Amino acid sequence: MDSNTLYYSLDLVSGIGYTLNGEQRAALQTSLLLLKKNYKFTRVMFWGKILGIKDDYFIAQGKGDDELKDKKFLYSFNCMEWHLLPPADDRMVGEVSRAAKGRFTGDPSYEYTASPLQREGDEASEEVVATKLTEERRLAVTVHLIDEEASVVPRGAFNRTHLGLMQTNRCFEGLSHAEAGKLEHFLHFAKPKKLKKKFIQELADLDPSIDFLDSLNDDIPNGQWSLQLENAGRVCVIRSLLWLGMTFYHVPMTPQHGYVYMGDGCKNLDLPFML
Amino acid sequence: METQQADQEMDNQKQQAATSFKAFMLKSSTKSNLNLYDHLARLLTKVMDERPQNAVDVIEDLSFRVKRELLVDFQSTLRDLPLSTAAQLLAEQQRLLFAQVDEGEQDDELIESPLPNVNEISYYLEQAGVALGREEMQRIFLALKQLVESQPLQRCRLWGKILGTESNYIVAEAEYREGEEEEEQSPEEAPKDEERDADVDDEKEGAEEADALPQSTYKPPPAVPKEANGSGVNKYVYYVCKEPGLPWVKLPSVTPAQINGSRQIRKFFTGRLDSPISSYPPFPGHEANYLRAQIARISAGTQVSPQGFYQFREEEEEDEPDAPRDSYEQNPDFEGAPISKMAESLSNWVHHVQHILKQGRCTWVNLATKPEEELDEEGEVEEKEEEPDEPEPEVGPPLLTPLSEDEEILSTPPWTAKMSSTLTSQYAVSILRSNLWPGAHAYACGKKFENIYVGWGLKFAGQWYMPSLPPAPQSEYPSGPEITEALDPSLEEEQALKAAQEQQKAAQEDLESLEGEEEDEDD
Repeated sequence: MDSNTLYYSLDLVSGIGYTLNGEQRAALQTSLLLLKKNYKFTRVMFWGKILGIKDDYFIAQGKGDDELKDKKFLYSFNCMEWHLLPPADDRMVGEVSRAAKGRFTGDPSYEYTASPLQREGDEASEEVVATKLTEERRLAVTVHLIDEEASVVPRGAFNRTHLGLMQTNRCFEGLSHAEAGKLEHFLHFAKPKKLKKKFIQELADLDPSIDFLDSLNDDIPNGQWSLQLENAGRVCVIRSLLWLGMTFYHVPMTPQHGYVYMGDGCKNLDLPFML
Repeated sequence: METQQADQEMDNQKQQAATSFKAFMLKSSTKSNLNLYDHLARLLTKVMDERPQNAVDVIEDLSFRVKRELLVDFQSTLRDLPLSTAAQLLAEQQRLLFAQVDEGEQDDELIESPLPNVNEISYYLEQAGVALGREEMQRIFLALKQLVESQPLQRCRLWGKILGTESNYIVAEAEYREGEEEEEQSPEEAPKDEERDADVDDEKEGAEEADALPQSTYKPPPAVPKEANGSGVNKYVYYVCKEPGLPWVKLPSVTPAQINGSRQIRKFFTGRLDSPISSYPPFPGHEANYLRAQIARISAGTQVSPQGFYQFREEEEEDEPDAPRDSYEQNPDFEGAPISKMAESLSNWVHHVQHILKQGRCTWVNLATKPEEELDEEGEVEEKEEEPDEPEPEVGPPLLTPLSEDEEILSTPPWTAKMSSTLTSQYAVSILRSNLWPGAHAYACGKKFENIYVGWGLKFAGQWYMPSLPPAPQSEYPSGPEITEALDPSLEEEQALKAAQEQQKAAQEDLESLEGEEEDEDD
């Protein structure tokens, strides 16, 4: 969520149980501002918190001109000193999925050892040594994956300019109460994957300057999002059941929206059994 | 003079032309009932209001927009039926929370009220990084007040919140005043038993009608008896509500079968108490029972207090030294441990809720004695003898065991202890977070402590969940020659058999005729 609205928006997403205490909030207000200046970001977001066994990682996200492509993640333990996370690519994602097990420890230099892929069947490639993976890299990949798979924006909050830049839509006035109750009006804030596969008939109703993102409604398995009206029914809250801890809020009829992740950083692979 | 007259005439003419043209412009269109004069007036007003850049280029668009706006106005004379949103309906319900009570009636009750100070708890919890939102907490506070006023409770506590996919449960833990409990319980228990009897009757009738279906020889293992209200897992009663202001619903007491069932499944709560649980192995009950079972497990695993806050009662030790002690009282001499110590070492925290055994109860019950007689009738003595006569009693860790003795799960330590602040540590609160039940928290500050659970009601699973596989199918009957299908005989075999039979018959007839002859001869 945007660092400028952190005052009140944290209260709206704390239905999941986690929040920041006064000390951390105050520290964030100071350090995020400095972060924006030092890294020349156009917008700084407080992205969330990943609970470790010994210590928790606080994650911030900085954005450049393009809201979707120019983004960087930083982590911190005390909300003051921030360290840049390496950008995640497909090779890293593969490494992490093999090596990472269990909870985060809270020590960025902690090393996970990957069990080599080869089983007893193919003994030929024995030179594959067990790869080592630091927790910092795992953190980078996890944050990247969560942001890719579970970040949410209301439809119309961002538009695409004629130059292809993705920017906040200044004319966005919020979804109506009826719209906020339906999952199809919320979009993934990530590079669209399913949009191209849609039927032409479905594409006909879409507005190309707004509908350039995937809708949450099309996700498989169905039912991996829990949409509720909270805070006396005034705030629309969406929780991801795939990444437990991802909470999105939107106050209908206002442009306020945002998401935050507060959880243990483990994907809920048991989801199909649990619905 | 003439020129003046001529001028006046010209003016008159001009005026007339102008008025006639105005009249022309005021003529309304037969199609749209608009007229050009008003339209131009509106258009120019719009230009003046909006002052668009290069107005002349966009005047056509503006004109079109003016027309369209008129149409919208015309349409909007149809009144919308105002739909009341969910928020409005909820607000109607929550209005009652804020109702003022006459002070005179309340004064004497305030002293002994079991209502916890949720505001204070919420303050400390926020230090610990746990919250439900300040306004929401206030509403929950008022809802708890409503609960305390409507029920004869001796003790009441905000237990926490369980998230569901459709709505959430706010859970309150309560204890009835002595004597009031039974009255509450009996009407609920009775109808259940009747239902069960009715079911059995139905089955019997059905069996009699469709003549004698084969009876299954399978006998389910004897059900572990439920713990009585006020003891073990049913020590407290739990009330849940979906939103503060909506009615509180009392959860049914939990049976050992439900506890064991909930250990084997992994399901999200939906938020509807009566929704069925579709799972394998099947769960005995509805979501209300599942919720109650999870609450019992979470309480047993994560309700902790600073060491020394509670102590055992002294009187009851003599009669049964071996029996696990299940009651404690508040230690009046408790001083409160220093925060830094509490955050450093888990041995300064103790469990104050009994461990749930594998049987699904807190106190172990010997099932082997009772069912033997029943089994004897069926002639299954042999099987019985193989089992040990006296099963090993299950024993859990005793009450008030330090947390440092909790087991690790897949090399994950079960607890994380911390301080709320590193900058002003002398005024910090010590926090305990459970890694076994993500979402369970405890804090301690001086003599005060509290436990709360906010989460999905699921245990940390380690790697991934493996649902138990269905058992291998039973063999339906012993296979023997009388039910095995034989091969059909071939033609040659049949003929050979026929020939053999005929031969035999002929031989017999010969024998008979011979005998007959002999008899004849005798005569």
